[in-house]
Amino acid sequence: MKRLPLAYIVRNLWLRRVTTGLTALGMALVVYVFATVLMMSEGIRATLVATGQADNVIILRKGAGAEINSAVGREQVGIIETLPGIASDALGRPLVSREPVVLINLPKRGSGKPSNVTVRGTSEAGGELRPQVRLSEGRMFRRGTSEIVAGSAVVAGFQGVGLGQTLRFAGRDWLVVGVLDAGRSGFDSELWGDSEQMLQAFRRTSFSTVVLRLADENGFESLRQALEDDPRLALEAKPERVFYAEQSEALATFIRLLGSALAVVFSIGAVVGAMITMFAAVAARSGEIGTLRALGFRRSAVLLAFLGESLLLAALGGALGLLAASAMQAFDISTTNFQTFAELAFRFVLTPTIAVQAMAFALAMGVVGGVIPAWRAARLEIAECLRAV
Amino acid sequence: MSRADPAPLIRIRRLVKNYRRGGQEIPVLLDLDMDVAAGEFVALMGPSGSGKSTLLNLIAGIDKPSSGSIEIGGVDIADLSEAELADWRAANVGFVFQFYNLLPVLSAQDNVELPLLLTGLPSRQRAERARLALTLVGLADRAAHYPNELSGGQQQRVAIARALVSDPLLIVADEPTGDLDRLTGEEILGLLERLVLDLGKTIVMVTHDPKAAAHAGRLVHLEKGVLVDALGG
Repeated sequence: MKRLPLAYIVRNLWLRRVTTGLTALGMALVVYVFATVLMMSEGIRATLVATGQADNVIILRKGAGAEINSAVGREQVGIIETLPGIASDALGRPLVSREPVVLINLPKRGSGKPSNVTVRGTSEAGGELRPQVRLSEGRMFRRGTSEIVAGSAVVAGFQGVGLGQTLRFAGRDWLVVGVLDAGRSGFDSELWGDSEQMLQAFRRTSFSTVVLRLADENGFESLRQALEDDPRLALEAKPERVFYAEQSEALATFIRLLGSALAVVFSIGAVVGAMITMFAAVAARSGEIGTLRALGFRRSAVLLAFLGESLLLAALGGALGLLAASAMQAFDISTTNFQTFAELAFRFVLTPTIAVQAMAFALAMGVVGGVIPAWRAARLEIAECLRAV
Repeated sequence: MSRADPAPLIRIRRLVKNYRRGGQEIPVLLDLDMDVAAGEFVALMGPSGSGKSTLLNLIAGIDKPSSGSIEIGGVDIADLSEAELADWRAANVGFVFQFYNLLPVLSAQDNVELPLLLTGLPSRQRAERARLALTLVGLADRAAHYPNELSGGQQQRVAIARALVSDPLLIVADEPTGDLDRLTGEEILGLLERLVLDLGKTIVMVTHDPKAAAHAGRLVHLEKGVLVDALGG
């Protein structure tokens, strides 16, 4: 089939550049919302997945969906530390961190509204188990003291959490002696202190979780089996990455579904806008349509030309929307992860998949908005079109 | 083919065209016979509503008859499907319209090349043929200009170049001077005459203007859907 040249389509859009621009802008806004929502969802997922290490295993109470719901007793920790397949540190001690995880309430910077912050107690191995966590300021807390280090997102997002400042929680004053840079992982949104001090301060008798490193990255299954086989351990083990991916799932899915539903609702407006633009183009160019048909271009060529215009319009809108959405990568935001009930700081993440999805969404709007006007253009009778000149 | 040849280029027999309007059949052309020889320049004249534009549209293959036959170059175009008719028009008919009907977003060169897009010629040959056609109408130096940068007469010349470029059997012209001043109109008619005399083209032209019709080799009058002086030759 012989098609009309692309230049014809492009120049027609350029000729009506004000209408084209406004219609593309409407589509760009919808694509912006759609892409931003996906980027937000991906940002949460990427942040939490980056929190886990490939060879780390987290052990929780069976059925505990989150760290704050979990409890692992001291005796159980003792048994875990004797299980085979756990990596050792330079001194031959098992690389295991006993971690109480508690939520406290701190006022947010700017609004002053209180929000939950995760406080994590770590054992000596805690730092070595998280190589992505570095001190960006100050020093690490000393064991046996009421010193804490704060994740960079907590320092940036909450009042009174700065180097040298004192926080009061669990009946004690805690001195912030260092700031953590956790490489955009979930630990950026946490406060860390000594595990035993935290247990005492929060008057707990059990830890929330146990984190350990496998001697062999492929040794997870045998560790899990050993855990299952011991009747004293009503616990479950998960690869740390799997655990954090699960932690992100509910919030990321909720944001993705809500945002996509909103984008679809908005898209109705954009599609109607595109349809009006294309109907106007068909009405204004009926003489042209008649001429093209008279010259021998088939109905399908006319249909494709008008559909092509609509698609190009949508592609322009999609590209603009995606460009605006990509600028959002420069911003950090935070929200409460309703699986952990704690504030989580993250960054919008634009992936090639999201870019493709956003452009596909834009093109789908172009097809829906353009197909009826294009069909109408193709159905016009030549003689009637020529009389309209 | 000359007018003396036995087989005419256009052979119309028992042509009837009715339009339906408000549930009523309105007859426009009534049992019409007409022949046009190859290389002839025929002017169709008649009052408004006489059916001359309808007849031109039927000859050009942009409308279908209610009954009867229209043989052009041995092909009865009344029997062709819509898609076949589109291909037939692309290969056999050049159009010249009253208001030029150039695509405003394409340059003169691109407008002239447009019918060649349907031929499968490579782009270089298309460009060469379009340049040649523009040269024939004296507008080689305006190839890059857009229609809104050309005068009415120049636009009509571009339209004639577009009608010529695919070397069609037949050129149909619907009031080709209707939108032009007298002098420019004369130039355009002179050009159409040259197409017949120099290139042997067959032209069927609808006009209201007797002075324009005088440039044609034969005048055919229509009155209320009936041809006067129908059979040429």
